[in-house]
Amino acid sequence: MPAKTTAQSGVDTGSTQEPLLSVKGVQKIYQVDAGEIEAVRDLTFDLRPGELACLVGPSGSGKTTLLKCIAGLMGATAGEVVLSGKPVNGPPKEMAVVFQEYGRSLFPWMSVRDNVELPLKNAKVAKAERNRLVDEALEAVGLDHVPRSYPWQLSGGMQQRVAIARAVAYQPKVLLMDEPFAAVDAQTRADLEDLIRDVWERLGITILFVTHDIDESVYLGERVIILSSSPTVIQEDIQIDLPDERDQLTTRSSARFTELRGHVYEQIQIAKHNTGASAPSNAAGGSPSTVAREEAE
Amino acid sequence: MSIAKRAAFLLGLPVLLVLTWWVTTIGSTSFFVPKPGELAQTFVRVWIGDRFFEDVVPSVTNLAAGIVLAIVLGIGFGVLIGSVRWLRALTEPTLEFFRALPPPVLVPVLMLLIGINDSMKIAVIISGAIWPVLLNTIEGVRAVDSVLSDSARTYGINGWARVRHLVLPSAGPQIAAGIRQCLSIALILMVISEMFASSAGLGFTIVQFQRSFAIPEMWSGIVVLGLIGIILSFIFQWTERRVLRWYHGLREVENAG
Ligand SMILES: Nc1ncnc2c1ncn2[C@@H]1O[C@H](COP(=O)(O)OP(=O)(O)OP(=O)(O)O)[C@@H](O)[C@H]1O
Ligand SMILES: [Mg+2]
Repeated sequence: MPAKTTAQSGVDTGSTQEPLLSVKGVQKIYQVDAGEIEAVRDLTFDLRPGELACLVGPSGSGKTTLLKCIAGLMGATAGEVVLSGKPVNGPPKEMAVVFQEYGRSLFPWMSVRDNVELPLKNAKVAKAERNRLVDEALEAVGLDHVPRSYPWQLSGGMQQRVAIARAVAYQPKVLLMDEPFAAVDAQTRADLEDLIRDVWERLGITILFVTHDIDESVYLGERVIILSSSPTVIQEDIQIDLPDERDQLTTRSSARFTELRGHVYEQIQIAKHNTGASAPSNAAGGSPSTVAREEAE
Repeated sequence: MSIAKRAAFLLGLPVLLVLTWWVTTIGSTSFFVPKPGELAQTFVRVWIGDRFFEDVVPSVTNLAAGIVLAIVLGIGFGVLIGSVRWLRALTEPTLEFFRALPPPVLVPVLMLLIGINDSMKIAVIISGAIWPVLLNTIEGVRAVDSVLSDSARTYGINGWARVRHLVLPSAGPQIAAGIRQCLSIALILMVISEMFASSAGLGFTIVQFQRSFAIPEMWSGIVVLGLIGIILSFIFQWTERRVLRWYHGLREVENAG
């Protein structure tokens, strides 16, 4: 269990220390023709309201699987996910997800604006309110100049920004993001990272951000949860004690950042050889899984 | 393309064909092949007037009703069958069987069941024209992208909203391909439905002309059918280009990239 040190998040979480989201002993076994694939073995962690946690792990370690279980898109084989005290059985109303495959998550037959507006329309939000939310969200991601365009007329980074705008406009309590920046260039990526921190600070939402980029996880998160290789358990859960005010230049060049990053890197190296099948201290349980990439600066 | 150029492409081949026809029949006295001028005169004499309202309008009305119902029923059942896995497993073999039946053999059956009236004719058209729409819709509905589907689910877009905003647009290109086939089948069946025990309509009139050796008149009837086909195809293309504009744009981008 993570140590619940109240990291200053700029968000008033009130006096309550009740977790908003609890993942309790989640296991997921896929039934395939060739037999069974145990993607996730046993994961337990809590997110308190207003927290921004990053989830890192090697490719194939079950990050997407876990996210889908949390989002109620898929049932867990064992264990449960609890949101605001209620078990998650289907997609909860107060949750939004930004998927890894941005190119396939926007409706190609709708304009950018309609894409962002649809969830609100569907939730019967009044027209004036809807317009305001959509305008704000598009402005926040810097896309207020292309509302009439279709998603496929935009670059990959812009498409992912539309998906983020859609999630933000929806005003979820919990925002799940699955490697949202994997396919965008470094500059856009830096901008989007700052955008996420900004949105998080302004709206006080709870974010679970999946990435395999170690620098990104340390820069973004208040906390980094490291997964082992598949079958997956939690390798480590660390608090990121960097100041709240983060900046691409100063934060990334600070001594503490380098230190934390080194630590996460080390843990990932161990994680690559560890699976739920072997004890965390034993680095011999070799798994053929792909390597978590360390971004060169 | 400029308008003049487009018109040239549109009319070039037809003009050429008519010219060829005109040249080759200049000295002809064949009873079975009329000259262009002769056919044009016959066309005006036969079809502009009462016959237009007595034969063409009822036929086209049945055709339109048949097409609209085939499309609506095809899409409706297609969405239902495509969305429900067990229903699909249950109906697939049966659908293949009915689709394999040549629709004209159903005419006598439908005549017995429904009687000889417009409903029977519309039923004949539907019985053949519904299959491409139905089967293409089922395919299109099944092929809805899983990530897009998950996105819709996480935002609580379910039930009718899901059909309207996700399933139908996503299956749109497939459905359009089905409708294109549906149109030509429907035209054929309109004619066939009027050839049996009928007393009016385009199909009936053309057969009637042929039996009474009114050859130019018969040919002029065939021209009417051709014109109806062209009009249908224009309506289809015009609508398709508007409804599926996103799809054509997307394809262009994909092909360019
Ligand atoms: N629908 C599925 N059916 C069967 N096996 C699956 C399915 N989805 C994922 N898996 C398997 O589960 C394991 C975890 O996959 P998952 O996509 O969750 O990993 P990930 O951590 O998101 O990887 P990446 O970083 O590459 O996105 C993999 O071994 C994968 O092959
Ligand atoms: Mg993934």
